[in-house]
Amino acid sequence: MEPFKTFSSIAVPIDIPNCDTDQIIPARFLRRGNNDPEYPRFLFHDLRFNHDGSEKNFVYNQFPYCGGRIIVADINWGCGSSRENAVTALDANDIRSVIAPSIADIHYNNCIKNGVLPIRLAEEVCTKLRQQLREYPGSEVAIDLYAQIVTGPDEITYSFEIDSFDKHRLLSGLDDVSITLEFEGTIEAFRANYHRRHSWAAWG
Amino acid sequence: MGKTIFEKIWDEHVIVKREDGDALLYIDRHMTHDLHFRAFGALKAEGMPIKEPDKLFGVPDHSVPTTAKTVDEIPPGEMREAVEVLAAAADELGFTHYSMTDERHGIVHVVGPEQGITLPGLTLVCGDSHTSTHGALGCISFGIGSTEVGHVLATQTLWQRKPKQMRIDVTGNLGFGVSGKDVILAIIRKIKAAGGSGHAIEFAGSAIEAMSMEGRMTVCNMSIEAGARSGIISPDEKAIKYCQGRSYAPTGAEWDKAVAYWLTLPSDPDAVYDKKVTLDGSVIAPMVTWGNSPQWAVSVDEMIPDPATENDPLVRADMEAALDYMDLKPGMAISDIKVDTVFIGACTNSRIEDMRAAAAVVRGRRAQVRTLIVPGSGIVKKEAEAEGLDKIFTDAGMEWREPGCSMCVAMNGDILAPGQRSASTSNRNFRGRQGLGSRTHLVSPAMAAAASVTGYFTDVRKLVKAS
Repeated sequence: MEPFKTFSSIAVPIDIPNCDTDQIIPARFLRRGNNDPEYPRFLFHDLRFNHDGSEKNFVYNQFPYCGGRIIVADINWGCGSSRENAVTALDANDIRSVIAPSIADIHYNNCIKNGVLPIRLAEEVCTKLRQQLREYPGSEVAIDLYAQIVTGPDEITYSFEIDSFDKHRLLSGLDDVSITLEFEGTIEAFRANYHRRHSWAAWG
Repeated sequence: MGKTIFEKIWDEHVIVKREDGDALLYIDRHMTHDLHFRAFGALKAEGMPIKEPDKLFGVPDHSVPTTAKTVDEIPPGEMREAVEVLAAAADELGFTHYSMTDERHGIVHVVGPEQGITLPGLTLVCGDSHTSTHGALGCISFGIGSTEVGHVLATQTLWQRKPKQMRIDVTGNLGFGVSGKDVILAIIRKIKAAGGSGHAIEFAGSAIEAMSMEGRMTVCNMSIEAGARSGIISPDEKAIKYCQGRSYAPTGAEWDKAVAYWLTLPSDPDAVYDKKVTLDGSVIAPMVTWGNSPQWAVSVDEMIPDPATENDPLVRADMEAALDYMDLKPGMAISDIKVDTVFIGACTNSRIEDMRAAAAVVRGRRAQVRTLIVPGSGIVKKEAEAEGLDKIFTDAGMEWREPGCSMCVAMNGDILAPGQRSASTSNRNFRGRQGLGSRTHLVSPAMAAAASVTGYFTDVRKLVKAS
């Protein structure tokens, strides 16, 4: 996983409350390989394309939003299915961060594990940001993970909360298995002790 | 200070606790299905074995056609490949796998409890958001992404933050014709689709206590539709009896030891919750969803709401967009909505009690529209057939299928045509969920059966009399 770096980019306003992962990537694409050259098209596929493949009037189809690397969304972004493919589709389009008032728990974790920064900001802030992005297409948002600060198009800054372990994961680019394997001895000792206490749960 | 059941089980599984609050948890059971080829591929590429293969159970469910009895009957292509890759991984990596010809085959969240893989007091994960189902037996269960699946395969552990604790009490007694499905839809309507976000939900109260294990599984199944990764219900005598004698349940002295421990798990009276919600179960009616989020649910005797009465402009726009997509008008009676297809199945409602509830409505009537009945496992199918339920369905002109996820996720060929409307016992009414342009209304099995035999959403309480 690539370490997360401070960056600024055009941001894309997605005005859909409860935007579920079926909207982010429809289920019929879930059996495709990660390296499928068509992957970038799977993102928001049914919101972007008609049955005949022609483009719909959807914000991510429009210039300059189509080059955006940050999404500003509405409440409960990424709810529904646990499909990590939703993050793969963001990643395939080089989208590195999603800002929303609330982000569904499983999707939030999936973002962290793939180097996409999920940011929760107050609902009124997200509403204002989306409005600014609509009024001034192509305006940029900056993200500094180290300082935990988002800068809006009007240069107003907002600080955000992130679990320090998640921050460490993103800044270092370390994957969890390598972190966990450092505790191998502790895990083995726990397992032996746990299975002694709860032999009914151990079988084998 | 007392603890919630969730906290008791959590504390028992913490291997390492970091200062920042993250915990490394030991995972007792891992279940998997046919969409995790990535995780198996990554493990193979690293040359790593599965840490505890005896704790892993795989079953193909998303990609199995419900008209096929064996892999050979699946036409070559993506679906067949997904089913074959899981079987090959099980062979190669050495974990238990229920193939399509095994009567224990079915939907992962039906199979777990049925086989006793799911037991009170355990931690159970699966790369599927509806893993919350298993919490009905009194365990911590939650859905994870593919990277986390890989982590569990490699280490049998997971890094997690402890979720906040939410308690939902459903008081009183449920009325005739009202089931677990109606209860959970009423809950989501009240707390909304993000209401449980960041929380584990504990369901309690007299209506939950009186509910069958199947009903409790339906309630916990849709915790995720309220934003919570986990749903949990304190184990009682009913839950313990449900587990007894199942294939992977302990026996003899080990069983006694387990039961003694399980009886210590229910939440303490002085346990502290971050959020508490109470619903009066006696006023819940059969529910029908009308929009593209499970929170947009109303009673069958209500009308489609009018977005004009909504003050928040963003919510109003969302409601308008949903009505447009669903081709519905404000003020329309739910009972005036005509359906094209009825689907009875999915990890929400495909257990034996669901089959019986549907059959009780169908008996002596005929399907007015295409109706698919998909039992949740081979065991459910066999049991239903022994009771003659399949005959009731097929005599009514309905299709009795092989087990699988089927039209809930529409990845197996069971789909709606664009613009078609379903009465569905599944858990998600998202746009395109049952096929491109599909329009899904979520209901209970009894309400789905009532829609099938009348062609419209019909209050099942008017169709069938209480006995």
